[in-house]
Amino acid sequence: MKITLTVNGRKENLEVEPSTTLLEALRMLGLYSVRKGCDTASCGVCTVLMDSKPILSCCSLAVQAQGHSITTVEGLEKDKDFEEIRKNLLLEGADQCGYCGPSLLLTVYSLKKRNIKSLQEIQKYLVGNLCRCTGYHSQLRAIKEFMEVGE
Amino acid sequence: MKYVKRSIKKVDGYGILSGKPAYTDDLAPRNSLIVKLLRSPYAFARVRKIDTSEARSLEGVECVLTHEDFPRIPFTRAGQGYPEPSPYDKFALDSYVRYVGDEVAVVAAKDEQTAEKALKLIEVDYEVLNPVLDFEFSEKSPPIHPEDGISGVENQQNNVCSAYEMDIGNIEEELKKCAHVVKHRVYTQAQAHVMMEPHAAFSYIDYQGRLVVVTSSQVPFHIRRILSRVLDIPLRNIRVVKPRIGGGFGGKQAVHGEIYAAAVTLKTGKPSKIIYSRKEVFESSYTRHPMRIDVTLGSDEKGVLKAIDMEILSDTGAYGEHALTTLMVAGSKNLPLYNRVNAVRFKGKVVYTNHTPAGAYRGYGAVQGNFALESAMDILASKLGLDPVKLRQLNMIREGETSPIFKIMGEGREGAEMTIKSCKLEQCVELGKRIFGWSEKFSKRPESGTKVRGVGMAIAMQGSGIAKIDMGSAILKLNDDGSFNLLVGATDLGTGSDTILAQIAAETLNVPVKKVVPYSSDTDLTPFDTGAYASSTTYVSGNAVKRAAEKMKHLIVQHGSKLFNCSEEEVVFNGEEIIGPEQRLPLSEFATKLYYSENQTQLCSTASFVGDEAPPPYMSAFCEIELDTETGKITPVRYVAVVDCGVPINPNLARVQVEGALVQGIGMALYEEVKYDSKGRLMTNSMMNYRIPSRLDIGDIEVHFVESYEPTGPYGAKSVAEIGIDTPPAAISNAVYNAVGIRLHDLPFTPEKVLKALRVKEGF
Repeated sequence: MKITLTVNGRKENLEVEPSTTLLEALRMLGLYSVRKGCDTASCGVCTVLMDSKPILSCCSLAVQAQGHSITTVEGLEKDKDFEEIRKNLLLEGADQCGYCGPSLLLTVYSLKKRNIKSLQEIQKYLVGNLCRCTGYHSQLRAIKEFMEVGE
Repeated sequence: MKYVKRSIKKVDGYGILSGKPAYTDDLAPRNSLIVKLLRSPYAFARVRKIDTSEARSLEGVECVLTHEDFPRIPFTRAGQGYPEPSPYDKFALDSYVRYVGDEVAVVAAKDEQTAEKALKLIEVDYEVLNPVLDFEFSEKSPPIHPEDGISGVENQQNNVCSAYEMDIGNIEEELKKCAHVVKHRVYTQAQAHVMMEPHAAFSYIDYQGRLVVVTSSQVPFHIRRILSRVLDIPLRNIRVVKPRIGGGFGGKQAVHGEIYAAAVTLKTGKPSKIIYSRKEVFESSYTRHPMRIDVTLGSDEKGVLKAIDMEILSDTGAYGEHALTTLMVAGSKNLPLYNRVNAVRFKGKVVYTNHTPAGAYRGYGAVQGNFALESAMDILASKLGLDPVKLRQLNMIREGETSPIFKIMGEGREGAEMTIKSCKLEQCVELGKRIFGWSEKFSKRPESGTKVRGVGMAIAMQGSGIAKIDMGSAILKLNDDGSFNLLVGATDLGTGSDTILAQIAAETLNVPVKKVVPYSSDTDLTPFDTGAYASSTTYVSGNAVKRAAEKMKHLIVQHGSKLFNCSEEEVVFNGEEIIGPEQRLPLSEFATKLYYSENQTQLCSTASFVGDEAPPPYMSAFCEIELDTETGKITPVRYVAVVDCGVPINPNLARVQVEGALVQGIGMALYEEVKYDSKGRLMTNSMMNYRIPSRLDIGDIEVHFVESYEPTGPYGAKSVAEIGIDTPPAAISNAVYNAVGIRLHDLPFTPEKVLKALRVKEGF
């Protein structure tokens, strides 16, 4: 079936199966920042923003995304907040294997928009973004800086 | 030091965080055939007949391969130095299947749906056999590997894959003389790596007819060698490229799907790719070796250790990947911690079962052994009425000392003699104790309601590469603008090794890091390296880079003297300029001249390094936990780790290595439970029911460094990748004892086990 998605501000037409996931559709469009980690909606690696809210693209159907605005990191290349959180992660060395990097960045980005400030709330908000490399603390140092949260 | 001991950003971080295509699946040709494997539903069975005719005739299916399509060549998936210390006990496809998830047939189709459909159309007639599912009874069970043609197995009839034994002094006599003897038994589980990127590979035939395999691997050079053997094609006709990897932790230190993608490409001539599902990663890659470890410690009245006895039974699952070496490392990376004993005995066996194979995993035996030894030390301390920290301080290894074990026990063979040239373990313990506030916390057990707090500690050591076996090499190439290409076989799996190797080259050449452009892990273009394992890259490949850079410096001086028409002694290269008696030239101008106008020559240096020894990093760990006596839940509160990894080349990246490893260790200690059903099917085969720690599960973690200078390391560096995973099981178990007086010996410490132990203690 033919569908139209709004991705990173652009209208994209593509041919999909009814069962095609949003993850598959975005990769068909060449948006390789969107990656598969688990198959069970457990790891958060496939996170994208739908109308500015993080969702798991591995368990969303492409057809469901019609009429919504989808954002991936490719669409935030020149966004100031995005640049800042990316820089903070780099400065902390929190970008280890990096496979979960774009999904974490998107979730933190949306966090800023929600104006959450307490450290505990931030940790809770990010709990679905698993990382096996960093042990999370370097990410937290970077995010604290970005969210301007003190000790 | 200008460019090392600096926390610079990772050289590849920007592109990765910007989501650029970098991983295997991002780079695969769009027209790749999709390769899927039919896997065994039985833990042990013989394939009587396999009918692929329907699958083959399905539209869109390009090929179906069974064991009849592969030459019967035994091999090991393990990516190790050659000849491998692992047995050749596996075939690409076999008529026997030995665990749920073992490969039965290969399907390649135009898309995923067709491939999945074709898998269902293959009819297999299995003769189901009785599986061996309890490793403690494996030796008395019928053989899992009765077949002919395999080699390197200790005893096929008894299911003993490997065995090892060594002793120093007379352990029995020595234990008899001891005032205190402690015996302790622990069990460790088959931890899964759960790297975020599942195993992935694609292959194609290039325009010259050579096979190119791009794979998410820690060991591209071993992959090339193994593919050449298994597919029976010359090594020179294979190119293996490692793009970015989404984590490995040892899980990608072996050949996995590469064989099947490559076989399809060779058969069809078409590009093909294989991406493991998460279920396949859990069931069909491999796990940490589960072990049963018995430790006996003997000391005099004051707590001076006199004897250590360690006996291990290890479960390698269906195939013996890394079987012998993980067994030996459990001893060799722990026993030297207490080096002044009169007698040590170490013996062990590794047995086959019909479980998912076990293989390499960060810690590689050391974490299992550490859990046993460091829990036993805690028991001894409490028996002596001694502070556990004091007991360690009384007995632990010190700078300038040695242990006969270094020479006796290597990996799969004899080791290498070593006198410890850098060891700040005493300072690690002292500083950790102070920062943690051990002395105040140890004697208190704060309680609130049903929640009790407790503290525990442990120490650990690891190695830096495998002495006399692991080889790293580097090529430095001067470009016409004065920049350098650094070509290394070393394999960055997200750790940042491309960055720290560039830092080492920059330091030696005294040029900014941005002028060194690293390119790694391409068997056609980069020099040989055994790969990223055994905590080797900083030390082994780092030393190779340093040597190559020193040679490059000399080459620049040599060619500067030619240009200036003077002797070499009169020329200085300071990183920016080449300075002669009367002339000076910026490096960029010198390079331009050298390539375009005068004495035209390409400057290129190459160097290799093999360690004569594998200097251990050391650490102390102190942890506080809270235990709910009503639910049995253990919550980590705080973990303080103090590490001596020599000079950290990039302190940020070193710290993140330790933090990440600690959290993996905490997962192993508390959350990562492995469950099989009665038929040998892995129940914990998804990220939904195999739980790795989230950011809410780990408590506060503080990593500190006590710097030592390792004279044999590049700029004083030792390794840092593995050591962080070693202490959590022991330290947390010791904290549980401190909190509620129960001794947990079976990993992971789930609420059920805690409650059960509490009930036993209370006499229910």
